[in-house]
Amino acid sequence: MTISDRPLTAMIGLPDGPPDCAAYGRAGGWQAVRRALRDMTPDAVIDMVTASKLRGRGGAGFGTGQKWSFVPKDPAATRRKYLIANADEMEPGTFKDRILLEGNPLQLIEGMIIAGYAIQAGHGVIFLRGEYHLALERLNRAIAEARQVGWLGEDILGSGFGFEIHVHASGGRYICGEETALLTALEGRRAQPRSKPPFPQVGGLWGAPSVVNNVETLCNLPHIVTNGAEWFVSLGLGPDSGTKLYGVSGRVRRPGAWELPMGTPLRAIIEEHAGGIRDGYRLRALLPGGASTAFLDAGQIDIPMDYGAVEKAGSRLGTGLAILLDDRTCPIGMLHNLEHFFAQESCGWCTPCRDGLPWVERLLDAIENGTGEPEDLDRLHDHARMIGPMGRTFCAHAPGAMAPLASGLKLFREDFDTHIRLRACPLRHAA
Amino acid sequence: MATILIDGRACPARTDENLLQACLEAGADLPYFCWHPELGSVGACRQCAIKQFSGPDDKTGRIVMACMTQVTDGAILSIDDPQAREFRAGVVEWLMTNHPHDCPVCPEGGECHLQDMTVMTGHDSRRYRFAKRTHRNQDLGPFINHEMNRCIGCYRCVRFYRDYAGGEDLAAFAAHNDLYFGRHEDGALESAFSGNLVEICPTGVFTDKPFSAVYSRKWDMGGAPSVCAHCAVGCNTIVNARQGSVRRVINRYHEAVNRYFLCDRGRYGHGFTNAPTRPRAPILRQGGIPVPISMATALERFATMAKDGPIVGIGSTRASLESNFALRCLTGPDRFSTGLAQLEHDLTMQVPALLRATPARNPSLHDMESADAVLVLGEDVCVTAPRLSLALRQTLRRAAFPAADAAKVPHWMDAAVRMFGSDAPSPLMVLTPAATDLDPIAATAHRAAPDAIARLGFAVAHRLDGSAPDAPDLSETESRLADTIATALRTGRRPLIVAGLQYANAALIHAAANIATALHATGADAALSLVAPDCNSMGMALTGGIPLDAVRTMARTGHIGTLVVVENDLTRRLDTATLDELLAAVPHLVVIDHIATRLAERADLVLPAASFAESGGTLVSTEGRAQRFLPVITPTMPVQESWRWTQQFTRAATHADAPEWTNLDQIVATIAHDIPALSRIIDAAPDAGYRLDGRRLRSEPARISGRTAVRANISVHDRPLPQSPDTPLSPSMEGAYSPDTPGALVPFYHAPGWNSVQSLNRFQQEIGGPMRGGDAGARLLDDGIPAQAPEWHHDIPAPSTAAPDDLLLLPEPRLFGTEELSALSPPIAARVTPATLRLGTLPAGLQDGGMVSLTLAGERLTLPVRHDPALPPGIALCPPHLAARAFTAPVRVQLHRDDTP
Repeated sequence: MTISDRPLTAMIGLPDGPPDCAAYGRAGGWQAVRRALRDMTPDAVIDMVTASKLRGRGGAGFGTGQKWSFVPKDPAATRRKYLIANADEMEPGTFKDRILLEGNPLQLIEGMIIAGYAIQAGHGVIFLRGEYHLALERLNRAIAEARQVGWLGEDILGSGFGFEIHVHASGGRYICGEETALLTALEGRRAQPRSKPPFPQVGGLWGAPSVVNNVETLCNLPHIVTNGAEWFVSLGLGPDSGTKLYGVSGRVRRPGAWELPMGTPLRAIIEEHAGGIRDGYRLRALLPGGASTAFLDAGQIDIPMDYGAVEKAGSRLGTGLAILLDDRTCPIGMLHNLEHFFAQESCGWCTPCRDGLPWVERLLDAIENGTGEPEDLDRLHDHARMIGPMGRTFCAHAPGAMAPLASGLKLFREDFDTHIRLRACPLRHAA
Repeated sequence: MATILIDGRACPARTDENLLQACLEAGADLPYFCWHPELGSVGACRQCAIKQFSGPDDKTGRIVMACMTQVTDGAILSIDDPQAREFRAGVVEWLMTNHPHDCPVCPEGGECHLQDMTVMTGHDSRRYRFAKRTHRNQDLGPFINHEMNRCIGCYRCVRFYRDYAGGEDLAAFAAHNDLYFGRHEDGALESAFSGNLVEICPTGVFTDKPFSAVYSRKWDMGGAPSVCAHCAVGCNTIVNARQGSVRRVINRYHEAVNRYFLCDRGRYGHGFTNAPTRPRAPILRQGGIPVPISMATALERFATMAKDGPIVGIGSTRASLESNFALRCLTGPDRFSTGLAQLEHDLTMQVPALLRATPARNPSLHDMESADAVLVLGEDVCVTAPRLSLALRQTLRRAAFPAADAAKVPHWMDAAVRMFGSDAPSPLMVLTPAATDLDPIAATAHRAAPDAIARLGFAVAHRLDGSAPDAPDLSETESRLADTIATALRTGRRPLIVAGLQYANAALIHAAANIATALHATGADAALSLVAPDCNSMGMALTGGIPLDAVRTMARTGHIGTLVVVENDLTRRLDTATLDELLAAVPHLVVIDHIATRLAERADLVLPAASFAESGGTLVSTEGRAQRFLPVITPTMPVQESWRWTQQFTRAATHADAPEWTNLDQIVATIAHDIPALSRIIDAAPDAGYRLDGRRLRSEPARISGRTAVRANISVHDRPLPQSPDTPLSPSMEGAYSPDTPGALVPFYHAPGWNSVQSLNRFQQEIGGPMRGGDAGARLLDDGIPAQAPEWHHDIPAPSTAAPDDLLLLPEPRLFGTEELSALSPPIAARVTPATLRLGTLPAGLQDGGMVSLTLAGERLTLPVRHDPALPPGIALCPPHLAARAFTAPVRVQLHRDDTP
C-alpha cells in the first residue's frame, strides 16, 4: 500500500511521535492551506469539497460541502462565525478520532483552517472528549506551535484571513457529541440538544452561524485540497469516496482500527485486518458502526462498508467501527449493557428518552437476571416502536438507543424466550 | 388567518402561532406540559403529539409535536389518530413511572394539570413494575414546598425562574431520570417571583407553603376577583377563602397588566387579613383602657364627639376610592386629607397631571414588554413595582426578535429565540443611586444621587430636542453618558421612560416627562410610566384633598373637633413629635382600620374595618386603571367596610345630606357623578346586578361529592355564608359559570376536563389575548394630547456642592418589610431582614457591620453599617419605616460612630 492510499494515517505511528510543524510540512503538510488561502476563493473550496463527495464521518454521513453551503456568505471580518471540530468521541467501541488527534494534530489544524476559510469563520473550537488527556496535551502543543509559526492568528499567509483555534475539554456527557448539545455545552450551559431549525449554520454558537464537523471529516480536507476532488473520489471502492478509519472490537485476533478505502467489505475488515474470530468462538452478530447502529446478522458480513450498503442491510455505517457479538456472549446481557449506557446518558430533556430508556434497561435487566415476564417482550417492542422513529423524541439519542434493541428483538428472539422460560441466563450458567 | 383541518373539522388559525395553540383555540382537548402560553414552546415533554398529513392523499401521516410546528394554511391534522393517541398515552405512562400515587394527600390534587392530562390521554393502569426513584427535598423558604418525587421533568420551573424572571438560584441538576430541580443547597428562593412556581408547575412539586398550613381543596373554597394591594401596579388576583378566612391568593389573568404572573409580595402578602391582632370589635379607650363596645354604642359615641367641633378626615392611599370618598362626604372636600405629608402629597397629585400633559403614551405592563429602548430614571422598580420590573425584563427577549425573524424562527420557539437573544444588545438603561436587579441585564447601569440622575435626565431630553432645557455644568463623564442614552433612545421606535416617587424628587419625574415629550416630538411611539407608591395613590391623586400639613395647621388653630383616620397609620407618615403635637391639638381621634396600628393604640375610638377580602372597592393603579375588587368573605358585624362606617357616622352626626348607599354600586355611582376624573370607574366591573342566564355567578366550583370535612368533629355542615349586596357572585356553588364571564368577575378557572389554572386557555379570545368576557378595569387617563408646542419643565437641580462628609440618606424600599400590609403577613415577615445603613465609603475606623448612630425622623437610632462600594459618594441608604418609623423621604444626616458593645 502506498502512502497516498492512506492519506489520513500516513504520518501517524512514526517513531518520533506526532510531527511538528516543520516535519509536517516536509511530509507534504501545509500545501493545502497554502493553496486554499492563496489560490482559491472560499466558494471554490466549498465547490471542491462538494465535488469530492466527502460525507460526514461522525455517523450521519451528511455531505460536508452541502453542510457548509447553508452558512451565510458574509466575510469573516464582518460577521462572527464558528467552525467546531467535534472531537467528543464517546460512542462505545469507537476510537478512530483519538488516533487522528493523538497521532497528527496538525492535520486536524490544517483541516480546520481550510474549513474555517471555506465558511469564513474567524474562530475554530475543538470540543474534545474530557478523557482524551494525551490528545489535549498534543493539541495544545500543536496549536501553540502553529500560532507561533504563523499558521494560526491574524492574516494567515498574507491572505487577509485570520483564524484562531480554541480547545475545550468536555465535562463528559455522551450527549455533548450531538452537535446542538455540543453548542449549548460550549456556551457554558447544561448540555441539552436544540431543536432544528434553526440549524447551526444559521444560528449556532451564541446564535452565530456555526458548522460542526467531525475530526475525521476535517482531517480529509487537506488531502482533498492538495490532491483534488477526483483523486479523493477514486480512493473509494464503491459509491462513497475517500478512505475511512474502520475498526473492530470483540473476540477477534487483532482488534484495532485501520484506514482502508471507503466501501471495503466487512468480511475483509474482520478476517484480513482484524485477523478473524478467535478460536473457539463463532461470530453471531455485530453492530457495524457503534452502539447506536442496528445489529447485522453474521450472515450479512459480505456487504461493503459504505453508507448505502449498510443502510440497505438494515443498519447504518455510523462511525465505521464495529462491535462483534460472539456465540458465547449473552446477547441480552450485551443489549442490557448498551441500554444501560443509553439510559444513563440521556440528558433528561424529553420524556420518552428520559423515562422510556430506564424502563427498557430494567426490563432487560430483569430478563437477564431471571425475573422477566413474557409480557416484558411486548413492552420492549412497544418502546422500539414508539421511540424508534425519528421525530418522536427531541434528538437522535433515543432512536439510536432503539436501533440495537429493535434489531436485537428480532435476531435474538429465541434467547429472550429461553431467558424468560428458564428464569435465568443460559449462557451465564453454562459457563 | 389560515384554515387548518383538525380531524376533518375546518378551524381558523393564525399563521404566527403553533399547532398546539391553534388546537386549543379551536376548543380541542390536546394535552401538553412543557408549553406555556407566556413561555412559548421548547418541545421537551412530547405530550402534544398529533398526526400531520402532507395532503389529502397522505393516509400515513407523521407524528409531529404540535407545539413545535407552525400553523400553515390548509394543514391537515389529526388528534384522534390511533398512533398519536397511543404515543400521548405512552408519554403519560412514562411520566408516571416515577410519579408517586399520592394524589389524595397532595396539595395539587383536584387542580393538577398532570391529573387532567392523565385522564385526557386515557392512561389508567400501571405497567411499570420496578421501583421508583426517590429524591431528597429541599427547604426552599417560607413560600414554597418542594416535593421532587412528583416531578415530571417538564422544565417549566427553570424556564420561568431563570429564562423569564432572571432568577439564578433554581436550576436543573443531574441527568436522565435522576433529573433534579432545586437549589444548590437548602434556602429561601431568592427571586421576587418564586411564588409563580406554584402555578407554573403542572403538578405538586412546588406548592404554596402558607396555603398548605390552612389547606383546603380547590372545590371547597370560594373565590373572588381581587386586586393586589401591595404596590401600585394593580395586579389582578383571585382570593380564595373558606369559612371566613383567606387561604391563598393566585393570579387572575389580565391581558394588559399582570397576565400570568404575580410577585411574591402580592401572592404572600395577604396574611394580614387573618392576623390575630386585627381589630374585630369597636374599641373605646377610656382613661387609657381599651373597652370593647357595641356598634350602636360606637355610633352614639361618635355622635357625641361630633358635637365638639368640626370633623376632619384623613384618608389613605391604601384604602379604596369608596372608603376615601365616603370619608370625604362626611367631612366635606375642604376637610378631607390625602393622608400624605406635603412633599409626597404634592408629588402624588402631580403624577396624573404629568401623564395627561405629556404627549407620550401611558403604557400598560404588557405594552412595556415591547419597548425597544428603556430608560429607568431613578426608581428601583424591582422593589417598588416588582411585576413592572418583570415586564421590563421581557424587553430583552423582544430584542432577539429581529434576528429570529431573519432566521424565520417564530417568536413562540422559545429556546431558539433566546439563543439569538444572547447576541442582541440590551434595550435597558438603568440610572439609580443603588444597584437594582435589572442592572445585570442592562446596557447601561449608572449610579448617582437622585438630583444628579435628574440632571442627566434633563440633559438627555435636551440632546433629543434642542428646545428642551439643558442641565448646565455636566461633567465630561455625565455628558458622554447623556449622549449615549439619547442615542440609544433615539434608535428606539417604541422608547419607554420609567420614573417614580421612590426618592420623592420632583425633578426626576419632570426630567422623565421632558425626555418622553422630546421623544414624542421626534416621531417615536414614546411612552412614559410613573410609578406611584401605593395601591391607590393614583385614586387619591384623582380624588384630591388637603395634605397632612394643612390638617396640622387646622389642629393648631383649634379647628378640629374630631379627627377620623381611615386605614392610615399616621405614625408612618409623621415623626413622633409632629404626630404628638397634632394629636394633642385634637380632642377626639377615631381610627377605622382592618389592621392593628400604632395610631389605633392612641385613638379614642377604633372601629374594625373590612379588609380587601371582605369588601368590595375600587383601586386606581399607577397606570390610571380603575379596577374593582370584590368580597370573597361577607364580613360579619361589627366588622364592615370603612365606607359603611363613615356613612353611618354621617347619619349619626345628623348631617342633612347623609348619603343613602345600600351597596357598593351606589357609592361608585356617586363618586363617578361627583368627581369627573373618576367618572369611568363605573366601567371597571359589572355591578352587583349582573346576571348570567338570569342567575348570579357562583364563587365555588361545582362538585358532585360532599365537602372535605375539616371541622367534622364540630359539624358535618359548613356554615352557609350570607350574600353580600356588593357582588354579583353568590357565596356558594349555586349559580352560573361560563368562560364568557367578564374578566372582572372571574372567581376561579375551570373548564370541562381542565381543573387546573391551565383552563384559563378556554377563557381567552385567543391564547395570550383578551378575555372572552372582556378585560377587567377601566382606564381613567387618556394618553397625553400633543400640545401646540412642547411644554418643558425647567426645575433642573444644581450640581451637588455637598461637602464630602455630608450624607444624603435615601429611603431604600425593600421587596419585603417596607410595604405596610404585606409586612404583617407571616411568610413575608419571615423574609424581612433587619434594617442596615448602606454606605459607599465607610468612615475611618468603621468596619462593615459596625454600628453607627444617627437621628432620623425624630428618632435616635443605632444601626449596623453595610458597605456598598457601588454607591456614589455622599449617599447612604436606609429602609423606610423599618429603622425609623416615619422615615420616607431623603434627608441629610450626620453619623456618629457607636462604640457601645
